[in-house]
Amino acid sequence: MKTSFHRKKKLSGLLFVALLIMAVLGGCADGTGESSGDNSSKEPKGSVVVGIQQDIDSLDPHKATAAGTKEILFNIFEGLVKPDENGNLIGAVASDYTISEDGLIYTFTLRENVKFHNGNAVTAEDVKYSLERVSGLLDGTPLISTLSTIQAVDIVDEKTVQVTVGSANTELIYSFVAAIIPAGSGETTEATPVGTGPFSFVSYKPLEGIVLAKFADYWQEGLPYVEEVNFKIVNSADTALMELQGGTIDLYAYLTDSQAQALKDSHQVIASPSNVVQALFLNNAVAPLDDVRVRQAILYALDKEEINDFVGGGSGTLISSAMLPTLKDYYADLNDTYGTKANVDKAKELLADAGYSNGFDLEIAIPSNYEFHMQTGEVVVEQLKAVGINATIKAVEWGTWLDEVYNGRQYAATISGITCDMTPGYLLNRFQTTSKKNFINFANEEYDELYVKAQETLNLTEKAEYYKQLQKILCDEAGSAFLQVPANMTAINKELSGYKFYPIYVQDMSTVYFQK
Amino acid sequence: MKQSGSGKWNKYFVAGLFMTGLAVLLGIVGFFWTPYSTTEMSAAEKFAAPSMQHLFGTDNFGRDIFSRVMQGLGTTISISSLVVLCSGSVGILLGAVTGYFGGLLDEVVMRITDALNGFPSILLTLVIISVLGSGRQNVIISLGLVFVPSFVRIVRSEFIRLRDMDYIKRARLMGVGKLRILFVHILPNIFSVFWVSVMIGFNNAILAESGMSYLGIGVQPPDASLGKMLSDAQGYLQSAPWYALAPGLTIVWVVLGFSLFSEGIRRNQ
Amino acid sequence: MKYFGKKLITLIMTLFLVSVAAFLAFQVIPGDVVTSILGTEATPEREEQLREELGLNDPPAVRYFHWITGVLQGDLGVSYRYSKNMNEMMPVAELIGDKLPVTLWLAAVSLVFIVAVSIPLGVLWAGLSDAAHGRRGGMLARVGHILDAALGVVTQATMAVPSFFLGILVTYLLGIVLGLFAPGGYVSYQENFAGFLVYLIFPALSIAIPKIAMTSRFLRNSMLTELSADYVRTAYSKGTSKRRVMYGHVLRNAMMPVVTFLGMIVAEIVAGSIVVEQVFGLPGIGRLLISSISTRDFPVVEILILYITFVVIFVYFLVDILYRVIDPRISGT
Repeated sequence: MKTSFHRKKKLSGLLFVALLIMAVLGGCADGTGESSGDNSSKEPKGSVVVGIQQDIDSLDPHKATAAGTKEILFNIFEGLVKPDENGNLIGAVASDYTISEDGLIYTFTLRENVKFHNGNAVTAEDVKYSLERVSGLLDGTPLISTLSTIQAVDIVDEKTVQVTVGSANTELIYSFVAAIIPAGSGETTEATPVGTGPFSFVSYKPLEGIVLAKFADYWQEGLPYVEEVNFKIVNSADTALMELQGGTIDLYAYLTDSQAQALKDSHQVIASPSNVVQALFLNNAVAPLDDVRVRQAILYALDKEEINDFVGGGSGTLISSAMLPTLKDYYADLNDTYGTKANVDKAKELLADAGYSNGFDLEIAIPSNYEFHMQTGEVVVEQLKAVGINATIKAVEWGTWLDEVYNGRQYAATISGITCDMTPGYLLNRFQTTSKKNFINFANEEYDELYVKAQETLNLTEKAEYYKQLQKILCDEAGSAFLQVPANMTAINKELSGYKFYPIYVQDMSTVYFQK
Repeated sequence: MKQSGSGKWNKYFVAGLFMTGLAVLLGIVGFFWTPYSTTEMSAAEKFAAPSMQHLFGTDNFGRDIFSRVMQGLGTTISISSLVVLCSGSVGILLGAVTGYFGGLLDEVVMRITDALNGFPSILLTLVIISVLGSGRQNVIISLGLVFVPSFVRIVRSEFIRLRDMDYIKRARLMGVGKLRILFVHILPNIFSVFWVSVMIGFNNAILAESGMSYLGIGVQPPDASLGKMLSDAQGYLQSAPWYALAPGLTIVWVVLGFSLFSEGIRRNQ
Repeated sequence: MKYFGKKLITLIMTLFLVSVAAFLAFQVIPGDVVTSILGTEATPEREEQLREELGLNDPPAVRYFHWITGVLQGDLGVSYRYSKNMNEMMPVAELIGDKLPVTLWLAAVSLVFIVAVSIPLGVLWAGLSDAAHGRRGGMLARVGHILDAALGVVTQATMAVPSFFLGILVTYLLGIVLGLFAPGGYVSYQENFAGFLVYLIFPALSIAIPKIAMTSRFLRNSMLTELSADYVRTAYSKGTSKRRVMYGHVLRNAMMPVVTFLGMIVAEIVAGSIVVEQVFGLPGIGRLLISSISTRDFPVVEILILYITFVVIFVYFLVDILYRVIDPRISGT
């Protein structure tokens, strides 16, 4: 059975066990779904300045953890496979791959003529080194935890690499987006990052930004178009707005709604769903939130439509459980469970049942560097007031949030966003009772059992069904108040074309070009 | 030199009294009543320009800015008062004891106040806040600490000046108790000097408090504070300039009022 | 000399106390740099590895000792947060060295504005006041009186504007309404020095305007005090011209306290630019300090605190010494 990578719909319906995936790749290197067909306008020229929110945490693609860093490194590095703008995997360093029937052996065929920025061709040795480095086979420290399941990486021939994994997992293939770097370059990649991506690294300055240059030998013919990309760190969303207006940055992806309004005449402003799940997370182990009725009361009290209106101008997608709606095959629409408008009477009734007819005090910790969450907090406090819950906001610094809320679990409620990758189980995984990432202390045996079943099955339809049930449990038990998937409001200089929106946190600059 | 505006009710005093009085009045009223709710949101009224309904317009949540300025004034003035009260009391106590008795204690306290004085106040508050966390109480604690040295210095030097005065010497000879000398005989006589430094301290406290909430380390939302409103408004300068102007000009109003007021008092003396 | 020695000891004591305080403060602070670096994707192995790499497993006293001896030998340590070429962490000295010029140039441009405007303004104002309160009366006195009062009101009002609000006003009026500059369009001094200086004009204005008001008031009062001094009357009675009295004697004597006042303003600018850098998005040491505090990059924070404190108290120290050198009437306390 054969199927192409970019037709996932078909793929997901098939039995995985019997599946032999042969990918036909690279056919769509140029003009991937771009409307403009005028080739003369895509002359390689110019420099694009992209505003980014945070500083880089690491230039080592295997060590970088911040989403804000990964979105940039996407331009420098590529894995064996990489995501496309539809959320599907396409081949990158590998032109195609097969997975054995038991799901334990992955065989990758390397693409011809893929070169590193240093001019060397990518060899099987480089792939072996990179995979051994991330999986911990090299020095015992796995750098990407999902890939620690790799048992052995064998070079079959010059162009073929075979990877043996410890247990079958239908979602593992998504982890092979891990960057391929030259063999032995682990020590120097932080200083002089070398990859196979469309842009090569030029310079990095703390607090200022990172500059990339066009890689002439990129394997996708004709890409990229622009000569230089400058990712510039902007102080805040406010300065980003001013810089866009002043023309000192060409592109910025994280505008607030009112900023987007201010820019809509001067720029192309486009809303696209992000890959962030925003929620009012509730600590299930802390009184009175340990009572499911209290949590449900909070869910009834919230008016998600209003929140979306105020903080996102109505551009977000409302959700009620832990799954991105863009992962269509796995997403269960549960918005009817508590409704998207406030139901004050129902909330009060549940509170009275639980013995809190006079309400209670609730402290909501919010990382103060996220204006979006802070504003959401203001709206949430106001909505909870209507049912008698006296909520207060405690702004904490990001470091404190990670330490006290996320790792220490010393909090009652918090508003934050979880950035997802393309793996459907990514978000559900963390709500298992004993998961290290289960910072809301969700505890439900049925959920745990179902999750294990979902991981065991190699049947994708069955898996999707389990995932939907998991979402329902999380929603019915009111594990937390999942609010919305905010839209990325991106403002682009009117002279720029070809920018592609990804369902994950990526700034692909390879297809961008100047019109005129 | 004869000043034009001297006398009990000089121009500075009157103007200052009017401006300060109005601000304090609005702030106090704001604790109990505001024309609109300071937290209630209305999507329909986002960014309404100033009008008869909304004197200062509305903000990004459709809240009435005038009401929020009233609440913010109350917050700012009450925090600043508490800061001055705390640091002033500690300043009097330490300044009186060190100034009157001198000796080792004086030496130690003066070295510490020197060190604190050398330490830029904004840095000190930043460090204290990052240790204690943000919030109303911690703002008062950190600013209170920052303001102590200046009060200690003023009080100390006044006590040093007065302790050798004849009437104090006489009191000592007559066997009046030390505490009584300190707080009954000397203290009332330093108030004219102390009062001016209280006014200056108050002004600095208002500036520091609004600066802290501007940086996001002061009073937390949804409580209104003038500095936080200003930093929120910065992103809407182009579309809703009134949002920034209202809290900003209010800070200027209060600070100017107090400095005129203290100038007026100074000229009375 | 005894006085200098005493002052010098105080200076060193202060720095020592500040270094201990800064170091201790960040021992009790919530938030761990390791979790801050690794974020939500941290694994226990990576955490332990990183903790070891950063030397965080030593007891605080040992770490303080290592740190302070390093600092005294000119080794300011390395940042936890920023890495540098060759897969090693960025030395704090280099990190600060890169940002320091921004803050220093900002202070310099501000100071140029302050001196260039406030001194002529102060002299002119003193002249006006003198005329207004003079015995001759007439038109000149009346105009002088009005201008004197107007300047008094304007400067008093200007002094009441906090620098962050002034920054916003400058952004709005000069940037958005008049379009004189692109707000937030900072140009790196390494790329385009002229463009950098042009951009600095606007934040420098926000810093300078209240200080101009303060300095010119100070100079005016200082000059008026001098004008009422005995030697001025003597000079007049000897028939010295008014101009000569004004600029020859009065200004020279009145400038002395102003110079020391300016010294304190320099110290204030260096410490106070934190807020203005935030308003204008300048990558100076103030912004570095704030971002380092929130990412728990203690080596950077500690050095910055020490550095800023050092600059401030050293400037005060110099001003103090200068004052005593110029004016021998003031003797040690």
